[in-house]
Parts: sequence; C-alpha cells; structure tokens
Amino acid sequence: MLTANRLVDGDVLYWKAGDWVLALKDGDVFADPKDADAALAAAQKYVAGNKVVAPYLFDVKTDANGIHPVKEREIIRAKGPTVRDDLGKQAGQVNV
Amino acid sequence: MYRYDEFDAKFVAERVEQFRGQVARRLSGELNEDQFKPLRLMNGLYLQLHAYMLRVAVPYGTLNSRQMRKLAHIARKYDRGYGHFTTRQNIQYNWPKLVDVPDILSDLASVEMHAIQTSGNCIRNVTADHFAGAAADEIEDPRPIAEIIRQWSSLHPEFVFLPRKFKIAVGGSPHDRAALKYHDMALEIVKNASGEVGYRVLVGGGMGRTPYIGYVVGEFVSKPDILSFLESVMRVYNQSGRRDNKFKARIKILANALGEEEMRNQVMREFAEIRAKGTLQVPAEELVRIAAYFAPPKFENLPDEIPTGGKDFQNWIRTNIHQHRAKGYAIATISLKPIGGVPGDASAEQMDALADLMDQYGMSEIRVSHEQNLVLPHVRKRDLPAIHARLVELGLGTPNAGLITDIIACPGLDYCDLANARSIPIAQDIARRFADLDRQHEIGQLKIKISGCINACGHHHAGHIGILGVDKKGVEFYQLQLGGSGAEDASIGDIMGPGFGEREIGPAVERVVKAYLSLRKDGERFLDTYRRVGMEPFKNMAYLDQLYAAH
Repeated sequence: MLTANRLVDGDVLYWKAGDWVLALKDGDVFADPKDADAALAAAQKYVAGNKVVAPYLFDVKTDANGIHPVKEREIIRAKGPTVRDDLGKQAGQVNV
Repeated sequence: MYRYDEFDAKFVAERVEQFRGQVARRLSGELNEDQFKPLRLMNGLYLQLHAYMLRVAVPYGTLNSRQMRKLAHIARKYDRGYGHFTTRQNIQYNWPKLVDVPDILSDLASVEMHAIQTSGNCIRNVTADHFAGAAADEIEDPRPIAEIIRQWSSLHPEFVFLPRKFKIAVGGSPHDRAALKYHDMALEIVKNASGEVGYRVLVGGGMGRTPYIGYVVGEFVSKPDILSFLESVMRVYNQSGRRDNKFKARIKILANALGEEEMRNQVMREFAEIRAKGTLQVPAEELVRIAAYFAPPKFENLPDEIPTGGKDFQNWIRTNIHQHRAKGYAIATISLKPIGGVPGDASAEQMDALADLMDQYGMSEIRVSHEQNLVLPHVRKRDLPAIHARLVELGLGTPNAGLITDIIACPGLDYCDLANARSIPIAQDIARRFADLDRQHEIGQLKIKISGCINACGHHHAGHIGILGVDKKGVEFYQLQLGGSGAEDASIGDIMGPGFGEREIGPAVERVVKAYLSLRKDGERFLDTYRRVGMEPFKNMAYLDQLYAAH
C-alpha cells in the first residue's frame, strides 16, 4: 500500500485510485510491485502540489477480514496509539 | 521566577510572526518540505506517526500557574485534551495541525513561553534540578545561571548550526537530580576551598547509541568567567566535532576521541584567547538582576511537623515528600505515573486544577522533572493533607515517587516516528505487576527507564533496570540493561543479553527483581546489589526459563 501524511494537519492518508483516503480499509492494495511503484511515482504530484508529505510504500497482508499491515508501526498509524483507544482513527478522529 | 524583559518579549513575538510567515509559505508552496523541515524543527515542530508534534520548552523546568493554565488551554483548544511531559523538561502536544501552530506559539508567547530550539542541531532547552531553590542540600539555586545560558544560547549565531544537538543541564547541590553526567555539557554549582561559589563544568556525557559519562573539563570556573568558558567548549566542538557522520557528531564522540587531557588543553586555549580579548564577562549587576527573579519566596515561621493522616496520606508522605530548606515547608512530588497510566501524561483538566492548587498552596509555582513528574517546590507542611486529598481527587495522588512503578518511558512506537518498539505498554505492564504498594516499599528505590529506540529519550542507559525496544523483522523485542544510574553515582547500564518478546519482558523484570530480593544485604538498593554481585546471578534468573529467551 501507499501512505503519506497530509501537509496541513499531518493526518495519515492512503492511496486510492489516484487520490487519497483516510482509512486503511479503503486504500488500494498493490499485488504487483510495478503498480505500487507507479502509484508512488504518481503521488509525487501531490508532494509537488503541497498536499502530502513523504509518501512511501509498506507491506500488508489481506484475508477475509480485510487488510493487515505487516509491521506494528503501520498497524498503529492506521488505528492510533495502542494505549489510548479514544484517540486517532480507531476513535473516529479525523481532521476534515 | 524570570519575567521577560522588553527584548525577550520582542524577540519571541517576532519569532512567532516569522514562523507564521514560514507556515504560510509552506502551505502556498513557496517552500517545499526540504526547505521547511529545518525551519519547523527549530520551532519544535515534528511530524510523527499520526500527526504533527509540538515540543514546548519549560526552561529549567519552572512553570507558574498562569503558564500551566495556558498549557491546559492549548491542549483543549488545539490538541486532544492532554499533554505529555518529557525527560527534558518539555511538554509535547501530539495532535496539533500545522495551520494552528503559529496561533499556539502566539498563545505561548503571551505567557512568556516558546518552542524555540527544542529540536534541531542547536543548544536545546536548558534543564535544571527540579528541586532548585527549595532543596535542603542546595549550595545555590541553579536557575539564574540556567536563565543566563538560555539567553546566551538562544539564536547565538555561532551555535545555530552545530554538528548535532547540544544539551546543557545545571545542578545546584551535591545530590544530582538533573542527570548532569549524561549531558553534552553540565554545570555543577560548587564551593571552592575559600568558600567561593562557582561552577564545575563537565562535558561529553550522553545517551543514544553510544552512551558516555561526562568528565570534568573545568574543576572550578568563577561566576564572571562562566560564559567565556562555555563558549570555549562550544568553539572546540564547533571546530572539531564531526559533521560527516550524524552518528558520530555529538560532543561525546569528540570528547572521547580527544581524551580528557587534550580536551581540557583545547578548551583552556580557547578560554585564554577569549579572556585576553576581555569579552564575555557576565557583569556582576546582570547576575544580581537575573538572580533577583529567583529570590526565594518569603517563608513564614511555621512549626515543622507534618500533620497526621490516614494510611494513604502516610504512604504519600513516605515517598513523595522531600526535605525543604525552610522549616515548616516541604517539597511535594506529584506522580504522573498512576498504575497502568501513561507516564508523563496530564489532561487539560488536571493541568487547570493543578494551576488552582499551585495558587492555593504552592506559591503559584510548579516544576517539571526529568523523571516525568511534577513538583510543588514550596508547600507548607500543614497544608499537605489538603494537597494530598485534592491530588487524589484529580488522579494525581499516586504514592510512588522513586519506587519501581515510577517508570520513565518515552512515547515510543505509539506516537514516535523514530521508535522501533512501544514503550508505554511495557511501562504499564510492569507497573501493574508491581502495583502492590507494600511490595514496592519492600523493593525500595528502583528506577526503571524504557526507551523505544536507541535514541534513548527514555534514558534506558541510566536505569537501574533499563529497557530498550528494538525491531526484529517488524516484531518488537526488548533488551534488558542493569546497573545504570543518572545520579551523582552515574553509570551506564550493562546489556544483559538477547532480548525478550513483548509478553516476556514483564516476567523477566519480575525475575530480576526476585533475584535482587534474594541477593541483597541490609540497606542495599537494587543498584548497590547489582554493583556488588554483577550481572551473572541476575542473568541466570532472567533467562531461567529459556522459553522466555526470545532469540
């Protein structure tokens, strides 16, 4: 998957069909690394356009229950702090 | 406490407007991220896992009630209702929007606070003993010289682009409560043989991936000479510190490479040159002017007894009260380590209520300690029952200062972009395991410090038991270190061996503590026992069940 932080507020974003969404579950999963690299290249226009900061690719696994980041870091970014379930995306807190 | 003069106020206000312009230019695209990043960092603004993070300086750890209320206001208005007090006497907000940061800085400036130089390769927030001006063992209040250093080092043209960050701490008593020997440079207030008060200057301490204990580079530096001497150290660092490798750029690497004698020689050469020019003497009247801001409050003549109270009150008195210089007064530590809570966090409501408590009982003053607690430096002993009762109502009455559950932990992977592993859940798990207060008292003083990466914001090298989180192929593991100390008997903890998994580290700590209880002699702290018997018996216990040895 492809992720970045939104410039204006730092919120975590995920790449979806040429644009960005706020929830991991709504993002594109790239089975083919070439597609992932192409998305990363395409995301540069949002960097140049001062919409997002530091886009990068990360690994996920998928199953019947949805998308699961491989690394703890991305699990936490997708949800919020594990020690405060009242904060972050897991609590429905997004900047609009 | 110090009040901004006209110059300070103008300087901080201009800096706010300068940053407002920089943010506007970033948002409009006039600045790209590469250009903007060093500018935001010099104003304490990071981009972390979930959002931006703003680090606000609490110079030498001192806050008045007006400032505390403003911190609560910022938490409520611009953040998500809380702040996190750090090991460097800062407060961090974890959720500010970039567009709001200039307004936050403006609010801070209105109460004489800022976020300048809380990040970047510059001289950072100057820290001090959190008992400054109150401790019974103090030679002199360290805050006046800390304030002078703050003024000297703020936007000093020679020190804005150092090889790496540079941290200075000041202590005023023989008991080191500021981790002096772990700082790039530290000042210890001392008296010489003739009774004159001056400074012992240490350099080259530090944590991170290459920990060092600092050494003395100036045994006794007189007050008027101190800035010349500090500038001499900074010049040696600026000239010879490595800029080719970020990991070897701190002054500790230079200090270790040069050795004590050569470092002293180079510093003394610079010092002689600066003195020959007759510059940078701190005028006596300026010392007096600054010191006057920190003049001790007028203490009443009060009886020295602490009122009696119930068991909870007595437990709090036992660990959270320290001896004050004035009869009838006490220093009260407010633990930010409730069992199972997040070390260092305080809600906006707690901050507001603390401001009221400060006004009512604490001469409107509070301190932020490097151990992530708060301190009421001047309270009447007769008021302690009322203070304790209010703290309990606020969830701030935990009687564990200095005990095993008074754990330092960095934000770790729950928040930090640099972290490899979570720190806070490990601290919470250990605190719950040792929640029984009788057991904590039986164990006695035991300082656990946890970092989520090698940068060591959780001071793991200085923990009696230190824990370092590492990443092994995307999975969190935790290394144990034993025998560290950040006090006057400073030492770097020894690494025990292979790391433990997230669920194994808590049980491993329990076994280490069990080993201590079986090995200790009368009166020995954990640290004393470790220093006497070494790693082996602890290691044998920690890895007793090899199933727990993660790899």
